[in-house]
Amino acid sequence: MEVVLALMTGVLYAAGIFLILRRSFVKLIIGLILLGNGANLLIFLLGRITKGKPPIIPGELKTLADAYADPVPQALILTAIVISFGLQSFAIILMKQAYRILQTDDLDEIRVSEKEEI
Amino acid sequence: MKTIILQTASNYLLPLLLLFSVFILLRGHYLPGGGFVGGLVASIAFVLHAFANGLDKTRTLLRLHPAYFMPAGLAIALLSGLAPMLSALPFMTALWYPTPAPVVGMIGSPLFFDIGVYLVVTGATLTIIFTISETA
Amino acid sequence: MSQTVILLPLLFQFALAILLLFFWFKVPVQRVLSIAGSALNVAFSAALFVAVWQNGIICHNAGNWQPPFGIVFVADTFSALLVLLTAIAGLAVSVFSAGSVTQKRLKFGYFPIFHFLLLGLTGAFLAGDVFNLYVWFEIIIISSFVLITIGGEKAQMEGAVKYFTLNMLASVMFLTAIAVLYGLTGALNMADLAQKVLLVPNRELVHVSALLFFVAFGIKSAVFPLYFWLPDSYHTPPPAVSAIFAGLLTKVGVYALVRMVTLIFIGDSSLADILAVIAGLTLVAGAAGAMMQTHLRKIFSYLIICHIGYLIGGLSMLTQAGITGLVFYLVHDIVVKTNIFMVAGLIYKIRGANSLKNLGGLYADYPYLSLLLAIPLFSLVGIPPLSGFWPKISLITAGMNTERYVLTGLILFASFATLVVIARVWAEAFWKAAPQLAPREGFEYFDDLTKTRRAFILAPIILLAGVSLYIGLGAENIQALSLRIAGELLDAGPYIKAVLR
Repeated sequence: MEVVLALMTGVLYAAGIFLILRRSFVKLIIGLILLGNGANLLIFLLGRITKGKPPIIPGELKTLADAYADPVPQALILTAIVISFGLQSFAIILMKQAYRILQTDDLDEIRVSEKEEI
Repeated sequence: MKTIILQTASNYLLPLLLLFSVFILLRGHYLPGGGFVGGLVASIAFVLHAFANGLDKTRTLLRLHPAYFMPAGLAIALLSGLAPMLSALPFMTALWYPTPAPVVGMIGSPLFFDIGVYLVVTGATLTIIFTISETA
Repeated sequence: MSQTVILLPLLFQFALAILLLFFWFKVPVQRVLSIAGSALNVAFSAALFVAVWQNGIICHNAGNWQPPFGIVFVADTFSALLVLLTAIAGLAVSVFSAGSVTQKRLKFGYFPIFHFLLLGLTGAFLAGDVFNLYVWFEIIIISSFVLITIGGEKAQMEGAVKYFTLNMLASVMFLTAIAVLYGLTGALNMADLAQKVLLVPNRELVHVSALLFFVAFGIKSAVFPLYFWLPDSYHTPPPAVSAIFAGLLTKVGVYALVRMVTLIFIGDSSLADILAVIAGLTLVAGAAGAMMQTHLRKIFSYLIICHIGYLIGGLSMLTQAGITGLVFYLVHDIVVKTNIFMVAGLIYKIRGANSLKNLGGLYADYPYLSLLLAIPLFSLVGIPPLSGFWPKISLITAGMNTERYVLTGLILFASFATLVVIARVWAEAFWKAAPQLAPREGFEYFDDLTKTRRAFILAPIILLAGVSLYIGLGAENIQALSLRIAGELLDAGPYIKAVLR
């Protein structure tokens, strides 16, 4: 299981980096999304995959008796997913707006701000 | 996409989905669910309605612009975090009413925080989707 | 409940932002609320600073969960000082926005988003937990994305695309770094990490995590090979937005770097060497860029990069004197960089031009105003007794003592380069005869504005010029403060004890 997840994380990072090196807006966004998913999977993987019980201590005990699944990575991933949801929807609106105004989706062609002289 | 089947179905599905979203919101404290998922389900309900009947119909149904849900939700969440500070406990300490209420279950400040999240998520998602579909 | 004082600036900023959201379409109300709220926030932040100054580190366990399990807010003198500076810069820019940002932009929720940005900054300075720090960083970048795109001009969209991509990449790096660190130690609380990272047997992975943090914060704070987004985007939004970005956004990256180096990755001399090299290259690249440009705000953008080099250089020395210089320079830089971008905005409003070629004659037309604008401009250079001078003494002494002669030489070089650049700006924009320009259609010139709006533009410049004069003339107070902060940063013991009790 760990090996599969590790490979998957690697693939997601590689694909993400490959895509953000392309010149189109859309590929850029997809690349960033893949990178974010790779990071989430990495947190999950590095938080140790334990098949266990939920980390809830029964009323009569003071500590956890059994092997338990660490809840923190899941909380982190959930937060990261929520944040990336917001960022990605903003990214889509931004890129759409940028395309409408700049009339291009080629990142190499956006150079007006460098030349502008007022 | 104005088909009569989807239109009729969405009219029945809207209240059902909203009810379901509230159910998810309420069971969220100990079981899978909560404000975020509930909010997403609620916004799906409205998006489905907009699909079937057009954006304007959904707007009139909502009356308020969905962007107003966000400050309302944020305010509820902030107040639920502030409430324990009145009794000299740290910010965001969970306060629970000792006896459970019927249907709703335990009532406490985390529930109100979740309601705030529910409103923010619904408002944000609907605002984003409405904006995108308006300019499309 | 003396602990609550730490939450005052944070919760007040949050409440203010929510309140402003309710008045989304009522810009005049927003204006009043924003200015009054920012003024009140300065008082709250000052209260926090005084409390920390008198009683030492304050920490607050949110949700009553004991650290290291819950989220903690920690204010040591460094955090409290930065919160106070954020509040002051926030007040100045809030007033400046009310005067200078066009109505069209204000209608798109400028003020609420601006206060969410300040909330994110305050939160980042007070976070005692790496993941919490990440969340505050995200709040900062989401609101900065909105601010940089409001208005939707062509150049602005281009700047936004570059700014967005690089910052989002930095976030992913940050998240990856957190994942590696959590995998190694099982901790997120910074005080807890400080203890556990030292015990990790696998030093290579600790290095990997540290380098990922450095790349993430390096992009945010615009250090040498990672700065290219900054000069391409900072001159595109309205001057008020550039001012708050210039003053605080790169500095929050530096703050995070300082925390990482002094608290979590302690005693790692190879990291210090990397930082020293990066600092030197940043100084050269920023100085060279600033000398090449003619667009006023681009010149200042490159100066931001150049001066980040001082901060990183001070950090790389890791001695009392080096950190003292860093803290002092940080104080000076936040105030002066915010002010200098407002000055650039004012010059743009007066002449309707940004390029040095098209500017001129300001001294002849506005002698008193020129005198006022000279304060921030020459504070930036650090002509004694103005504020930029004193921290450089500490930095250079520290450089000599730690035998980093090349870096010390580059610090001196960058100071001279800044002097050359500012002298050029002064000669071109103020002394040269004004070129004849056709008036721009539909442009709001400074002289045509109402009296209140002109006051709104001038008051914050005067305020921050006053603050930087105080930093320069009352340097012994700031030096004492910086020494105390350097002591706190170099000895992590009390911080860890205060958080974990």
